Amino acid sequence: MKINIDNKSYEVANDSTILEVCKLLNIDIPTLCYDERLTPHSACRMCLVEVEGAKNLVTSCSTRVRDGMRVFTNNEKVRSARREVLDLLLSNHPMECLNCEKSGRCKLQNYAYEYDLVDGTFKGETRKGEIDSSNPFYIYDPEKCILCGLCVRVCDELQCSHAIGFEDRGFDTIVATPFREGLINSECVSCGNCVSVCPVGALVPKSLEKFRHWETKEVRTTCSYCGVGCQIDLKVKDDKVLGAQPAFDGVNQGLLCVKGKFAYKFISHPDRLKTPLIKKNGEFVEASWEEAYRLIRQKATNIKEESGADSFAGLTSARCTNEDNYLFQKLFRAVIGTNNVDHCARL
Amino acid sequence: MTNTIKEVQNSECMFIIGSNTTENHPVIGAMMKQAKDKGAKLIVADPRRIELSNYADVYMQIEPGTNIALLNGMMNVIVEKKLYDKKYIDDRTENFEELVELVKEYTPERVAKICGINEEDIIKAATIYAKANSAGIYYAMGITQHSTGTHGVMSISNLALMCGNVGKEFGGVNPLRGQNNVQGACDMGGLPADLPGYQKVFKEEVVEKFEKAWGSTLSTKVGLTIPEILDGCEDDSIRFLYIMGENPMVSDPDINHVKKALTNVDFLVVQDIFLTETAQLADVILPASSFAEKDGTFTNTERRVQRVRKAIEPIGQSKPDWQIIMEIMNTLGYKKKYLNSSSIMEEIASVTPQYGGISYKRLEADPMGLQWPCLDENHPGTPILHKEAIARGRGLFMPCEYVKSAELPDKEYPFIFTTGRILYHYHTRSMTGRVEGLNILAPSSYVEINEITARKMDIKDGDLVKLSSRRGEIETTAKVTDIIDEEVLFMPFHYAEGAANYLTNTSLDAISKIPELKVAAVKMEKAKKIEEAL
Repeated sequence: MKINIDNKSYEVANDSTILEVCKLLNIDIPTLCYDERLTPHSACRMCLVEVEGAKNLVTSCSTRVRDGMRVFTNNEKVRSARREVLDLLLSNHPMECLNCEKSGRCKLQNYAYEYDLVDGTFKGETRKGEIDSSNPFYIYDPEKCILCGLCVRVCDELQCSHAIGFEDRGFDTIVATPFREGLINSECVSCGNCVSVCPVGALVPKSLEKFRHWETKEVRTTCSYCGVGCQIDLKVKDDKVLGAQPAFDGVNQGLLCVKGKFAYKFISHPDRLKTPLIKKNGEFVEASWEEAYRLIRQKATNIKEESGADSFAGLTSARCTNEDNYLFQKLFRAVIGTNNVDHCARL
Repeated sequence: MTNTIKEVQNSECMFIIGSNTTENHPVIGAMMKQAKDKGAKLIVADPRRIELSNYADVYMQIEPGTNIALLNGMMNVIVEKKLYDKKYIDDRTENFEELVELVKEYTPERVAKICGINEEDIIKAATIYAKANSAGIYYAMGITQHSTGTHGVMSISNLALMCGNVGKEFGGVNPLRGQNNVQGACDMGGLPADLPGYQKVFKEEVVEKFEKAWGSTLSTKVGLTIPEILDGCEDDSIRFLYIMGENPMVSDPDINHVKKALTNVDFLVVQDIFLTETAQLADVILPASSFAEKDGTFTNTERRVQRVRKAIEPIGQSKPDWQIIMEIMNTLGYKKKYLNSSSIMEEIASVTPQYGGISYKRLEADPMGLQWPCLDENHPGTPILHKEAIARGRGLFMPCEYVKSAELPDKEYPFIFTTGRILYHYHTRSMTGRVEGLNILAPSSYVEINEITARKMDIKDGDLVKLSSRRGEIETTAKVTDIIDEEVLFMPFHYAEGAANYLTNTSLDAISKIPELKVAAVKMEKAKKIEEAL
């Protein structure tokens, strides 16, 4: 079917929403509660667009295209409505950007900048609530929450843990666990998939390290725990891993588990082995690589002469890369001369 | 997996047996729950009432070690009700008659007794599975870690073939592999009879090819498996042992035996990122870099080869594993040098048919990586195996009788002891044990005890209990629960303190040499409190 967006005509698939079409066409529409994996929620009202002939502005995330539709995504009427929406959100939001960990990655902050808002203009009462810090890995701050519902819907529709939901009504609404017993006493499995989608600073990892998002780089890699092979972006500052974000274009489709999301701190743990160690009189003594290799060469040469190649054995590792494993078995087969190579596949 | 992870979400029917998916493959577990929400049928068989069983259309709480009886029982129902896919069987398989003959004996009535479940549930499960247009079977170590593990896998394959589910979207035989690169380590020849790509070490043409590629003479003698290597360490036939990234002092059955072996071997090299329980026994420890400090590839459970990318510099003087191995090769006189991991992949592709078309260049181009077999640089990879035809020509039914576990409960050791993993730790905890939050959520070793058993023995939740088997004894904390049968005890094997593997049985599957970690006989007593012991 044919539709017209911002005075240009396009041929589009007929089961799409206006937002989906615009995404494909690289037409930018702001969103706070939209996630392509979830059913549209129409809560945040940021994606409002004007459809010719419609009585009101419509939410583009939940309105399907129709043949001959004329859509305006960025005219003054639309922009002013979005500014109003942002004004309402900011009026009920603590202006703590200077100290907020989300600063630089906060969609609310970015849209406030884009739509030229410094503060909310509706002065009066703001929502109060206590921070839930009962989970060891992340906190929920109801005062920063914009009630977009992404966390609730990810927990319901994708993680299917149903640990959190909306509590109370109207102005007092917050995201909470049943009977407000706290995250640690809920069905929460600490996957952090809610944290990964929160557009503001309401759900953030507990972190001892201070960093600003713009100081970090992200490196795409494969999670090193189970065999699912989730793709993650490791957040790095000053040669240290400070966080992990699920990739949306990997097998995991934007999901992770507690280990992939939060269990990266072993990487820079002080217990890491930092030099080769040689046992002398029952005690480990630090050694250089050359000393370690020399000892291995001596032992290998002697044992091979005395007992032959089949007195050697090696356990390679399901934790290491293909390249590591390939070379390990090659060392035993091509250099030492035995097929005594196995690994923990059965454990 | 014969099929892909992506298919799980849109499954019509899933049969989960011997896999606690939501804890051990959490993202796949979440996708299974998504599929269920969308209307998929779910069948679960497991000795513990795991999370997935709460959503199941049929849940069968089978006694540990009775998988094959259950699978044969389901096939019996499918044969009796003629629910099998006759056309598929005729066109694509062989030996069906022998299977029919064998499963005749496995009536639901008999199987229900063996497995300790209801007859009706077996019939219901078989009917749901067979009536689905396509149904996927998902399993893990609950199937394989038995003295009949290989037969367990064959029985799964029989069931899938019989209903035409091999080579079909949303179907398949899908082992969920536990370690990030266990698939890759097998693919790369980390096995005593297999060169890279499962090319056999005893085949002349294979050996010739590798001798030419590697420029050295190769042994054609099949090597030893881990249990045989450990025995060799004890009887001095193995004198030099090099362990990379593995911690048998926690992960392997009968730790007392492992310790004897590793203490006795002449020279032990351990390469790891931490001073593990195994590294402590080494003569030389080589510090390796973690996954965040190196480049490479992992192959996931659906055969997808994906990039690992260096995010930070190696910690201390540690080096990427491949570099350490290369330097040892060089010091032992093999002169080949690799400048980077990419050049190793080039060599892998040149000798491994399944990886023939895999290169870093292609892996960079597509964030989804490539699924092997990927035969050449233009091959798109293979999401679903056996799609056009069964790889060996015809799918072969391998009828397997149910055989009891090697060690059964008796008067002295009355409980069936089974082990597994939990969500909050990984394998031997060398990594996760150093993450504070995980230790808050799952601080220490425990044993799950049925509430009726606990009451009979006057054991309360949190009490210290002593468990012993013919191989060892440990003390651990009681976790009283209703998700496990009265005569079964479950322990996570992650913890070095109160390690489950002091109790487990070293009895092996004759074909794959996998140890029977899922069934051992133990006894349980209330442990004396410290003041009483004094």
